[in-house]
Amino acid sequence: MELVEAIILSVLAASTPLLIAATGELVTERAGVLNLGVEGMMIVGAACGFGGAWLTGSIFIGALFGIVAGTLMSLIFALMALGLAVNQVATGLALTILGVGLSGLIGAGFVGERITPATHLHIPGLTDIPLVGRVLFGEDAFVYFSIALIIGVWWFLYRTRAGLILRACGDNHVSAHALGYPVLRIRTLAVMFGGACAGLAGAYLPLAYTPFFIPGMTAGRGWIALALVVFASWRPGRLVIGAYLFGAVTILQLHAQGWGVGIPSQFMSALPYLATVIVLVLLSRARTGGSTAPATLGTVFVPDR
Amino acid sequence: MQLVLEKRAERSNTIALVSPLIAIGLTIVTMTILFAILGKNPLLALQAYFIAPLTDGYSLQEIAVKATPLVMIAIGLSLCYLANAWNIGAEGQFLIGAVAGSWIAVKTQGTDAGAWVLPAMLVLAAAAGALYALIPAICKVKFGASEILTSLMLVYVADLLLDYLVRGPWRDPNGFNFPTTAEFDPVATVPLLIEGGRLHLGSIIALLVVAAAAILLGRTIKGFEIRVVGAAPRAARFGGFNANQLIILTFAVSGALAGLAGIIEVAGPVGHLQPGISPGYGFTAIIVAFLGRLNQIGILIAGLFLALTFIGGEQAQIAMKIPLDVTKVFQGILLFYVLACDSLILYRFKLVFPNRQVARGAG
Repeated sequence: MELVEAIILSVLAASTPLLIAATGELVTERAGVLNLGVEGMMIVGAACGFGGAWLTGSIFIGALFGIVAGTLMSLIFALMALGLAVNQVATGLALTILGVGLSGLIGAGFVGERITPATHLHIPGLTDIPLVGRVLFGEDAFVYFSIALIIGVWWFLYRTRAGLILRACGDNHVSAHALGYPVLRIRTLAVMFGGACAGLAGAYLPLAYTPFFIPGMTAGRGWIALALVVFASWRPGRLVIGAYLFGAVTILQLHAQGWGVGIPSQFMSALPYLATVIVLVLLSRARTGGSTAPATLGTVFVPDR
Repeated sequence: MQLVLEKRAERSNTIALVSPLIAIGLTIVTMTILFAILGKNPLLALQAYFIAPLTDGYSLQEIAVKATPLVMIAIGLSLCYLANAWNIGAEGQFLIGAVAGSWIAVKTQGTDAGAWVLPAMLVLAAAAGALYALIPAICKVKFGASEILTSLMLVYVADLLLDYLVRGPWRDPNGFNFPTTAEFDPVATVPLLIEGGRLHLGSIIALLVVAAAAILLGRTIKGFEIRVVGAAPRAARFGGFNANQLIILTFAVSGALAGLAGIIEVAGPVGHLQPGISPGYGFTAIIVAFLGRLNQIGILIAGLFLALTFIGGEQAQIAMKIPLDVTKVFQGILLFYVLACDSLILYRFKLVFPNRQVARGAG
């Protein structure tokens, strides 16, 4: 029982950064913009988030630093891909290359430092319920926030007028423009939301997951978040399932290494990446009838005046 | 008053020619500011980065050595990007090539295997790189899976495979438990061009690759098809070109070149297989391909320039304690400016005055 609870807790912890980053990217992509720079925004968010928390001693301020850093990075992307109509794939790659370098530069000052990680909720009585107590009432704030975030995004996309307009920009930017909606402004806001989420997801890693910063600590999570959006067919509900499934794969391979299954640890570590490839293939194959991707995803839009 | 982007009637050839130079200039200005923020003398830092490596023979050779894998990989990537196929996993194909070629080197170690060893390593590495690149290409063509994500995921897998081999079955028994294979035998080593120098045969191979790519793209039907599929997919469909076949072809060629670059790096400058054989060549090559505007001569020059930043970065670290990550920042910023300047080939800025337009509309 103890072990089951421990596994569920660690799955939730491993899934949370994926869920937050993927939620942001989902909104960005629903507006028709493919920002491949999630990994770069995350890693800068991790470095700035840790720096903020280390300097001030506050996890909350650390998280804010991560959000601001991610948003600033996404603004560079918006300026290039939306303002200058540059190819979005190339811009996203550039953002990741820049982010990896910047995070190393920012983080160099506090490699090896430690902070007190984010505290977990504790409600006497409720948190002590066996098995479900700590899972439901003993998480850190990021976990609860991630769930609120995805519910909020679902409500925004499907239950508000603004969400409908955002999806219209993603599905047909020419029509949205013709109806008088400021496509580029809406897309910029969507990109910034994606950047804020990626920054927060990156900050989660050194603030709650491990209490220290190491260069390259995102280890491809930004790319997995991108794959999750495809996995989810651009729908928030499926995104939750996908994020927790991937968290489970990550944790199971870690436990399998601990149990000494006899398979070299490197092969177990490769599992999340291989799982991503396999899932992408299976899902893309199942969808031969027609793509569920936003129709104008990744295409350049220059309004004619 | 508002600044908006407007499509040019036709592409500007002047800007196409000078845009890489503008990009490099803007990058250097940005770096000057960054050096000042880091508290380093910008002039000395720029001198360490861009001038010092050009002033001694050893560094000049080292630039050519570093440019070799960059140019080879970037030539392959340029074929993919021209055909609008996004292979961003060249780093993984580089590592798999290094692993596959090293297999022969490790297995023949200490035997009296003859001169066939190195050629066999090169061929096997190219084949392995091509096969590894075919995984995302086939997933794309057969199942429609995003080649961007699958090719990148396979980078992590290749990295872990290499790590396993040098820590496990291939580890040098006399290597004090360091994760590395034994030094390769002379027959499994890429020969040097100058005795006692650094320049090796790989640089000649890279030049041959550049020439071959120029012939392929400029003088053959296949090269024409690659360019048309990327530039005008509809026209290519009407022309009866098989876009899927071209994705497979360009991925295979770029994978083969990355794999070849991998084994040349391991059997040349490094001399044995170990983790960290690549300071991100596969990713830097993406910058090289774009900075070289997907043109072969351009890529050759861009490869030498980015190799200069690697060497300059190392020298600046030793001489001025500037962190190595500055090189990555530099490369990222450079790619941004290159892409931004390229945008001006197709578009131009225009000032619009919304109020006046409204007034005219009313009148």
